[in-house]
Amino acid sequence: MPTTARGLAIEARGLRKSYRSKAGEQLVLDGVDLVVPAGTVTALLGPNGAGKTTTVGVLSTLLAPDAGTVRVAGYDVVREPDAVRAVIGVTGQITAVDDLLTGAENLRLMADLNHLGRAAGRRRTADLLERFGLTDAAAKPVSTYSGGMKRKLDLAMTLVGSPSVVFLDEPTTGLDPRSRRTLWAEVRALVAEGTTILLTTQYLEEADQLADSVAVLHGGRVVAEGTPAELKQVHDAGTLDDVFLALTEPPADDPAEDSADATGVGARSGTTAGPTDSPTDSPTDRENAR
Amino acid sequence: MTAVATPVPVTARPRPVADVSTMLRRSLLRAVRYPGLTVFLVAGPLVMLLLFVYVFGGAFGAGVSAGAAPGAESRAAYLDYITPTLLVMTVVGGATSVAVSAAMDAAGGIMARFRTMAIAPGSVLSGHVLGFAVQALAALVLVLAAAVAMGYRPDAGPLDWLALLGLSVLLALALNWLCVAMGLNARSVETASNTPMLLLLLPFLGSGFVPVETMPTPVRWFAEHQPFTPIIETARGLLAGGAGLEGSVAVQAVAWCVVIGVAGYAWARALFRRERRA
Repeated sequence: MPTTARGLAIEARGLRKSYRSKAGEQLVLDGVDLVVPAGTVTALLGPNGAGKTTTVGVLSTLLAPDAGTVRVAGYDVVREPDAVRAVIGVTGQITAVDDLLTGAENLRLMADLNHLGRAAGRRRTADLLERFGLTDAAAKPVSTYSGGMKRKLDLAMTLVGSPSVVFLDEPTTGLDPRSRRTLWAEVRALVAEGTTILLTTQYLEEADQLADSVAVLHGGRVVAEGTPAELKQVHDAGTLDDVFLALTEPPADDPAEDSADATGVGARSGTTAGPTDSPTDSPTDRENAR
Repeated sequence: MTAVATPVPVTARPRPVADVSTMLRRSLLRAVRYPGLTVFLVAGPLVMLLLFVYVFGGAFGAGVSAGAAPGAESRAAYLDYITPTLLVMTVVGGATSVAVSAAMDAAGGIMARFRTMAIAPGSVLSGHVLGFAVQALAALVLVLAAAVAMGYRPDAGPLDWLALLGLSVLLALALNWLCVAMGLNARSVETASNTPMLLLLLPFLGSGFVPVETMPTPVRWFAEHQPFTPIIETARGLLAGGAGLEGSVAVQAVAWCVVIGVAGYAWARALFRRERRA
């Protein structure tokens, strides 16, 4: 796999991104530095609205960074977006399947768009259906699938082109424990094959289970980075939950707290892991988007 | 910080023809799986044809054909008059469905998925545009067949039919590109067809259902200067075997299609590339 000179699959330096709207400019990423060595899993943690999805958006060429350099698999996301797109796979927060087609048709669509050729495309489709336990449902329209089945198909579609870097944005939000464990097993299998994975999650147990390295995003910056064990040790905490709560505590007397959206980061950091009205990371977004 | 020099993988080279045909297949497959939109394409103009011929035709016919006696004679004259209009409206109906399909893609995650893949940038939208152009042409044949069953007898020669096919394809592509943009611009799937629906009003405000000469001056001015009047007049002239078709009207019809198509395409491309807040 192409990487940077240092064997990094993902390298973001000084990444800044703000959104402009009628309400004013909202700074979401305020100089994010993030590196992911090839062949490893990094979990991006952070409270709702911390910018996890925005980070994935920039890394996957959906959003243009305002400042900073971002390389994925050695390619610059701004200057060489198509080269980046050719080596990545993205499973976004909103399930990205065609509800009107069957599971097999969705996978074949991806095979065709990856120019796999007819025979290879059919083989890949059959393999992935088998791997994700969807063979029996292959000929049924996706609109009849359960949430867990859709999510599995979603991930399978991401893998059709054998991407070397995979982004998973809250892949297990809303899944039952069994489906969650199936997806975890798939992530481990991918890593065993040498795939690099960046996943965002609200479930700290998920990060603990899967990630070689954890980066905590807060206030538009990465405030802590390390293996789950290191983070627990440094913060003298028993679980990643404790680390998370310690690191993402809302600032006590932040004047920005009152002036809401317009000030961006300051105001957004006022929310912790609880439910918020944030448009970005709310677990209910996926349902609402239906 | 310097990257190892790596050649771009073969898959990263765009293959527009392959990608557009894949997306066209997807669009047609969706039409088979979800026939509601396609049925609506035929049913809409068909209901209007029946309504305007068998309910209004007996009275309206006298207004489009001087000397036609009210009743059967008038109805036949009106069938002649509005069949070309309904063929044009069939194409407009197809375009409103394009907007719904594009909005469905944008509302789900699949648009983001396509945008993170190394595929030809225009292929996603082209699939919708071409898919519904194919459906609109099929619907148009069915509507024409229904008109013939009701007694319509076009005088078009082979060249007129060919020109009519060309005009229909051009109009379908132009309106579909415009409506794909409207669909992407809509806030939700539910509202995606609202703006395109306004297009269905335009034939009424032109020479679609009554001659523009019968309208008061301001309405008549609008009717004479909007795109659907020359387009409908051209279709009407071709179906009548070229009788009464002025060359300048046909040129206007084609020019309007090109303008609408180019503007719609540019707008759709810009919307496709627009950042959506993650």
